[in-house]
Amino acid sequence: MTHIVYVPIDATARSVGADDVAAAIAREAAARGEPVQVVRNGTRGLCWLEPLVEVVTPAGRVAYGPVDVADVPALFAADFLRGGAHPLGHGRTDDLAWLKGQERLTFARVGLTDPLDLADYEAHGGLRGLRAALSLKTGSEIVEEVVRSGLRGRGGAAFPAGIKWRTVAGAGADRKYVCCNADEGDSGTFSDRMLMEGDPYLLLEGMTIAGLAVGAEYGYIYLRSEYPDAERTLLAALEAARAAGWLGPDVLGSGRRFDIELRRGAGAYICGEETAMLESLEGKRGMVRPKPPLPAISGLFGRPTVINNVITLASVPIILDRGAQYYADYGMGRSRGTLPFQLAGNIKRGGLVEKAFGLTLRELIDDYGGGTASGRPVRAVQVGGPLGPYLPASKFDVPLDYEVFAAAGGMIGHGGIVVFDDTVDMALMARYAMEFCAIESCGKCTPCRIGSTRGVEVIDRIRNNERRGPNLALLRDLCDTMTHGSLCAMGGLTPAPVLSALEHFPEDFQR
Amino acid sequence: MSSDAIDQALAAGGHLPGGLLQVLHGIADRLGHIPPDAIGRLAAALNLSRAEVHGVVTFYHDFRSEPPGRHVLKLCRAEACQAMGSEKLAGALEQRLGCKFGETSPDGAVTLEPVYCLGNCAAAPSLLLDGQLRGRLTEARLDRLVDALVASPQERA
Repeated sequence: MTHIVYVPIDATARSVGADDVAAAIAREAAARGEPVQVVRNGTRGLCWLEPLVEVVTPAGRVAYGPVDVADVPALFAADFLRGGAHPLGHGRTDDLAWLKGQERLTFARVGLTDPLDLADYEAHGGLRGLRAALSLKTGSEIVEEVVRSGLRGRGGAAFPAGIKWRTVAGAGADRKYVCCNADEGDSGTFSDRMLMEGDPYLLLEGMTIAGLAVGAEYGYIYLRSEYPDAERTLLAALEAARAAGWLGPDVLGSGRRFDIELRRGAGAYICGEETAMLESLEGKRGMVRPKPPLPAISGLFGRPTVINNVITLASVPIILDRGAQYYADYGMGRSRGTLPFQLAGNIKRGGLVEKAFGLTLRELIDDYGGGTASGRPVRAVQVGGPLGPYLPASKFDVPLDYEVFAAAGGMIGHGGIVVFDDTVDMALMARYAMEFCAIESCGKCTPCRIGSTRGVEVIDRIRNNERRGPNLALLRDLCDTMTHGSLCAMGGLTPAPVLSALEHFPEDFQR
Repeated sequence: MSSDAIDQALAAGGHLPGGLLQVLHGIADRLGHIPPDAIGRLAAALNLSRAEVHGVVTFYHDFRSEPPGRHVLKLCRAEACQAMGSEKLAGALEQRLGCKFGETSPDGAVTLEPVYCLGNCAAAPSLLLDGQLRGRLTEARLDRLVDALVASPQERA
């Protein structure tokens, strides 16, 4: 009997040696005459245990990790191929507390399957959403299903996806486009990457459904260049999906046409802003466009365009497959469904936790995350990327619901949670927020382009105790100008981390 | 050599609507940078002005106008990596390589660049070395990596 051993091919696993571990397992198996098939799966999202090796046993998949090449002979000696006991062993993967409590709708397959194996994809429920969409008579039925699910844009702005689709569907034009924003640039976020590397067909399926819904025949994935692994995986997935006949001139024999092209970004954070992304897709500098016109009316090459991020589009197939109500039954308030939260930075157990909206930061950081990696107390948490406010521990019990969390001064954004311990200097983090804006501003509007540089200078003066009082007043005034005068969220939200640092950690500005 | 690379990149991406970035990537993938003489050629081939092509080349961090060193090391300096001590690594790298971020070490071995998030935030701090992601860096691990780079053959593959 051939033993099946899973070693993730996800970039995080590879960054800590998964390729070497996979090779060492194959080598050791050959030397011992054990028949072993190594399958490279996506990651289960328990990043602190990567490389997490799983072995298929009659009792289910059994997990070992983090495995180093040097551990491989001992694992064989412990008979890990049959689930043998070893200090790195964690028992059955399905019994791991970290996974058990999750509600994985979008990430249901990630880590279970070989990402590029189409048969594996279908065997685990793949393409059911697309088939359901094709069985509906009109595109507007698909759109209304997405509206009823309550799905909101997962990229950060949380605009209802179905409403956006309805606008595109209703716009008259000779051509329409579906653009997937895969420029996941926020620090502390990696759910898009994990999904593209771990279940790429799901994204393609979601985009195809979006195309059918709004009457678009062509889609683009705008992928950031910092994700070379995701690029390789997506290119291979696109080729396989075309060869299998579910992308191209005749989607699953329906007579409908839809194809997707991958475009690589070039290292500009601002191109995650949807209109800058459109400019970049058109081969130009990634300069933000004023709105209106909305991209849904006049987007890529001046045509009506659906723009959604990876997780939004990847959440569509299950809505079509299981029905809008199934998805809407998760969550709270106007935040329906699930969000893949990402635990990052100084955290003991970092990784991906997909849960319905409504849980708290405390559950995520303490229960899932286990506190800081350094073992020191948590001092501040930044949720929602570099434009998200810093929060102190007193805010950790607020439910993660778009509206409720915003009312408490937070921003869920793309669901990234970066944890800092008590050694962090929050005045320096405020300075970094301004510095990052100065580096990444597209330069179109003055508050962002000039304000960010002036912001760095003012914070430097405050930190040097030069006329501290007046300069603090000046910093607040500058933040006010940026908040209300900037063209897009880059300049408009850069003050959020700065002002929250001032509000919650004023002592760091008085040293 | 640079002329061939430009031709190949144009053949691969020149026909794409709005394909300038893809063409530039094609050149950068082959040469490591965008040589100044490419600007006029691309403008003519793609029916753009030289200013438009120059504007795009200089807007994006990925496109260098100078050839890089034999290796390109991009250290993540975003928040999640900062929370795990990346700034200390950044200082150590500058000292070890004898160059600042955005520069190449005097021996031509390594071009040091900042990057803002590699999506490896649960295994921070991280870097991208010649396109390969490395995570859970420590000063010792970084030292070993740099040792191998500095000792690498003088010829670029």
